[in-house]
Order: sequence, then structure tokens, then C-alpha cells
Amino acid sequence: MAATDNTQNPAMEREGALTRFLRATEIDSRMLGMLGALLVIWVGFDLASAIVRGGDGLLGGTFLTPRNLWILLVQTSSIAVMTTGMVLIIVMRHIDLSVGSVLGFTAVCIGTMQVYWLGPALGVGHPAIWIITLILGLALGAAIGALHGTLIAYFGIPSFIVTLGGLIVWRGAAWSVIRGETVAPMDKNFKLIGGGISGITPGSIGATASWILGLIICAAIVALIYLGRQQRKRFNFTLKPVWAEVLLAVVGCAAVVGITWVLNAYYWPKGVVDRWALQTGAVVPPEGLNISFGYSIPVLIALFVGIAMTFVANRTRFGRYVYAIGGNPEAAELAGINTKKITLMVFSLMGMLAAISASISSARLDSATNALGQFDELYVIAAAVIGGTSLAGGLGTIYGAMLGALVMQSLQSGMTLLNFESATKDMVVGCVLVFAVFVDQVYQRRVK
Amino acid sequence: MTTHTHGHKHPTEVPRSSPPLIEMRDISIAFGGIKAVDHASVNLYPGEVVGLLGHNGAGKSTLIKILSGAYKRDHGDILINGAKVDITNPRDAKALGIETIYQTLALADNVDAAANLYLGRELRTRWGTLDDVAMEAECRQVMGRLNPNFRRFKEPVKALSGGQRQSVAIARAIHFNARILIMDEPTAALGPQETAQVGELIKQLKAEGIGIFLISHDIHDVFDLADRLTVMKNGRVVGTARTTDVDHDEVLGMIIAGKCPPGAIPGPGALQTASAAA
Repeated sequence: MAATDNTQNPAMEREGALTRFLRATEIDSRMLGMLGALLVIWVGFDLASAIVRGGDGLLGGTFLTPRNLWILLVQTSSIAVMTTGMVLIIVMRHIDLSVGSVLGFTAVCIGTMQVYWLGPALGVGHPAIWIITLILGLALGAAIGALHGTLIAYFGIPSFIVTLGGLIVWRGAAWSVIRGETVAPMDKNFKLIGGGISGITPGSIGATASWILGLIICAAIVALIYLGRQQRKRFNFTLKPVWAEVLLAVVGCAAVVGITWVLNAYYWPKGVVDRWALQTGAVVPPEGLNISFGYSIPVLIALFVGIAMTFVANRTRFGRYVYAIGGNPEAAELAGINTKKITLMVFSLMGMLAAISASISSARLDSATNALGQFDELYVIAAAVIGGTSLAGGLGTIYGAMLGALVMQSLQSGMTLLNFESATKDMVVGCVLVFAVFVDQVYQRRVK
Repeated sequence: MTTHTHGHKHPTEVPRSSPPLIEMRDISIAFGGIKAVDHASVNLYPGEVVGLLGHNGAGKSTLIKILSGAYKRDHGDILINGAKVDITNPRDAKALGIETIYQTLALADNVDAAANLYLGRELRTRWGTLDDVAMEAECRQVMGRLNPNFRRFKEPVKALSGGQRQSVAIARAIHFNARILIMDEPTAALGPQETAQVGELIKQLKAEGIGIFLISHDIHDVFDLADRLTVMKNGRVVGTARTTDVDHDEVLGMIIAGKCPPGAIPGPGALQTASAAA
């Protein structure tokens, strides 16, 4: 480092070390800030819980344990999935207040299909049930979103009003479908989408598959960095310094390995192991058997959605248009972009994502009620905003919003561990949202 | 008007062998009862610059937005090379080779120069994904011609200066083989040096046979750059003249009073007193 400093021009030298580091690595400083906040929250809760009652966490608390972190990720997945769509909607200067109600409605429809229609028709537990209901559920969500999108784009009704109406209508519709009853239990295969254990089948992929997946992700990180560099070389663009590329690859891979290790360190509860041994005839040694959970299915779904949505946002015309429309709707229209069609597509996508979250939530609870997903719209919007999405439009990232969802869920989960009342939790989360946006604005002003 | 005052020339039609590149014939559009453009006709030949002059609200921008597809006309015809065309949206106009540089620049502020250059016409890889690297490479080439000092390819155009933004807008207009270029106040946001650059660019484009409509408040600009000028007032055409047939004061008279000088061919918006007396 010292050697390179001497070769840089005076203007560069006057910048702080951090600025130079960020420029070289092209890391979003806002993301670093969010990771910092997440670290503070996690360490803080582990220390606080260590003081309150102690545990076997990293710092003596109950927060930084494999079990809690595994559950934390599962709990985050539903909001994280929806917030990826909310980013695009807010980037386009719209809002969707209806996602929680759409989630509730699609969940009760999926539940009704499983329990009252397909279950009796095909036989309970038939292997086709989960896939049929999942596909129909996603189609239903997309159709509801498309309806909202049509009203907004082609009838010119403001998205705030359309989705406020949707918030009320779909919650009511959810009640009408099941008359306030709880639909349960969900199909046994479908249940795995929630990450829980169905019988003796876990809703997660186990140690070996988790390590394989982790290694694939590491390989992908290295390949992407390498290919990106080759591509830039081919066109003679300026390249990042080699140390920055290597650092990014090493940090990325270390994070993936770390997460995989933590998730694999959470083992099946003893009761499930015994039941599994009883049914399969396996012999459990007297000191017990450690069977890892590994990556759970809802987390994998959220990961997949996150990657797919990042791809859509950055690498496709559709994504480019969403950002261009958010930046300057008139310019986008004048450039020949069909802004109405893009609006319709974005809302339809949002509806489908709400249906994915509906599947995760109802599978996790093993039931569907008409109250499912209540207030989710607020958490989804909050996650996007905490993640750096500007309500003025044009700005926002998928990974930022997903990190935002993790920050919010970490707060909630930490406060639950500390036995906060739910009313207190709500007040804290609300304040944190306002505070996060305040900090972000101060930061934005200083950048300018 | 059989006699003419000393020093004034007859209005002259330029002798042409081919039909005009663009002919807008008898165009009208109204917004809620207000006639923004009222039976206006203008035309443009290949390699020619026609200046459109007039006060704010004279209808020149509205007329030109009809050509670029931003507004749909209520009445009248648009002909390209003598053939009637239908322009109902910006996509139609672009397909016909009509490119526009708007006064407001019409850039998406939050994305970079390459993304703006290709907005609506992105290059894609064979998998259908955006080919950002190729677009950036192409953008570097185009911008290198227009504005060799431009380096800020990675930044959103919001961060650029007025001149840099203007060069992005111009690059976008000329990069796609435009036949007809509409420039709405192209130098309004620019310093003297950048204005001179735009002037050079216009001459270069003329030489390539591109027809240019130049909308401007600045009479000097129009006299410097345009071959002909058309003045509008209250949505109507006051008159059209070759820039060599009229002088600054006469053009000011057209803009302010709607008085059509002898050197110009009067339009429906010309003050009628002179002809009424005759």
C-alpha cells in the first residue's frame, strides 16, 4: 500500500484511506454502513442477552448461536422476497400498500385448494398437490398484481390509491374465502417450503449439500470477478487494482463459507433424531447424533429470488427501463419506452413475489388464516427504505433492501430474545425506520 | 405588394428538385380549447437547417413535439420525402429517423452516459441480457468524437455539467443514423465554447445531408446556423424566409408584432394590415 501511495497524484493523496479503498474496490459505502449497523445490532443483542440470562452464543448470549441465526434467516426470507419487488416499484416512483393483503389472500386460496379441493380429490399427501397449488398460487398473485398494474398504468389511478384499495379489498377477500376459519394442516410436501420439519423430512438440505452449494457460490463469485475483469480488459477499460479484486473474492468466499458453517452447526433436535431413528431403523449412539440442518428451503428461495431479481434489475432491458423511468419518466417515454407496459409488469411481478412469500409464510406456520401477512406491507417498504431505496424514485438496490429486511428482522428477533413486549418492539422498529432514513439523508448530503 | 422598398429583396423559394425531407402541412392541435398550434405548415430539405423562432408559448415547441411523436396532432398531415406518415408516439418518429434533442435534455439522470445513449435501444448479448461493456465501449467512441475531454462514463449523468449532458443528448440523437434532427434550444445551457462546439457539430451534420429543425430564442444563433427561418406567433406561422433575405430587425418585428417583411413568405399568422391596405 505504501508503495502505491507514492505513485498516486496529489489529489488522490488528499483523500482519506477509506475513500481510496472504496474507489478501488467499487464497494457501495452505504452497504458497508449497513453491514456495520448489522454487526452492531448482532453484537449488541448477544451481549445484552448474555447479561440478562447468558447462553452459549459467541459472546456468551443467546443471539449469536447457530440456532438463532438459522431461525433469523428463515424469518427474514418472506419479507426479503417481497422487498426485492418493492425496490423496483419504489424506484419507479410508485408504492404498493397491498402486498400484505395479497399475501393473506393467496395464502388462504393455496390452503383452501390443498385442504378442501385437491386433498380430497387426489388423496391427502399426493405428491402433485404442492406443485399444482404453488403454480396456481403464483399465477393468482401475478394476476392480482397485473390488475393493480392495469388500473395504475392504463386507467391513470395513483398507485397509492389502487393499492390502498387493494390492502382493504384483498384482506376482506381473504376472510370471505374461509369465513375467518384457520385452514390447516398444509400439504406435507408443501410444508417444507417453510423450512420446518415435516414428519422426519427436514425443510433444509443438510450438511453435505450445503457445503456443495457454498462451494458453488464461491466458485461463482470468483468466476464473475474474473470474467468481468477479462471483459473490461478486452475493451481496454480501466481495471480495478488486482489487490482489490482478490480482496473482494476472498471476503466474498469467506462470508459464504462462514454462513454455511454456521447453518451447518445447527443440529436436529433430539426428539426428531429419535423419531427419525425409530422410523428408519438407524442406531443413535449414546452420546447423540448431530444431523445438520444446513441451508433451509425458504432461505434458498430468498437467495434465488434475490439473485434473479438482481439479474433482472441490472442485466435486462426491463430492469434498465424501470430505473430510467424512475430517474426521468418523461425522458423514458420520449426515448420510446412503453412505460405503461413496464408499470404493469412491475406490479404483476410484485404480486407474484407476494404469492411466493404467501407460500413461505403459510408453509412455515403449517396453516393459513385471513390475518396472515397483516402489516407486512409496512415491513416490506421499511426494509426497502432502510436498504437505501429512495422514495423519490430512481435509486435503490435489491441486495440493499434484502439487507434492510435482515436488519429489521434482527431487531425484532433480538428484542424477542430479550423478552420485550410486542408493543415495545413495534415502537422501536418504527423509530429505527425513521432514524435510518435520517442517517441516510445526512450521509447523502455529505456525499454531495 | 407590387413595388418593394429599397434594400429589400423579393421572398425567394429555393429551387428544389426533390420533395422536402419533411413537410408538415396545416397542422393544428388544441389543449382544452386553446389552440397551441393553428394551421401551421413548415418544411425542411436534406442538408438544411431551418430555425423556428417565436416567443414562449408561440407554439414552436408544440409543433415540433408533434413531429417527434410526443403529441398527437388534431389536424393536418406529415409527409416524409413526399409520402404521408403517421406519427402517434416517439417510437414511430424514431423508426422514421426523426431524432430529438429536448430543451430539458430528456436524460434519465440516475443512469450513466452509455445507458442514456442507448436508452430504448439497448445492445444485448446473444443471451438477451444487456451488453453494458459493448455499450460503454461504443459510448466512449461516440463521446470521443463529440467531446474528447469526457471521462466520466461510470457516473450517473446527474453528476455531469450542462455541456457534458448536452453532448450525451446530442450523441444519442446522432448515433442512430438520424435523417431529421430536432434541436430544442440546444445551446441554452451552454457556455460560449460549448456553443461553438454545437455550431461545428451542426455544420458537420448538414454536410452529411441531415435536415435539422433548430428551435431557439436566440436570433443570433439562428442567423449563424440556419439556412431558413420560420417565425411563429400565437400558434400560427407569421412567415418563412431565407436568412439571407431578411435582417435581424425584420425578424424581431415578425416575432414581436407578427409583421411579415417583404423578404419573407407570409403565413396565416402574419399581420394583415399591409395587405389589407394594398
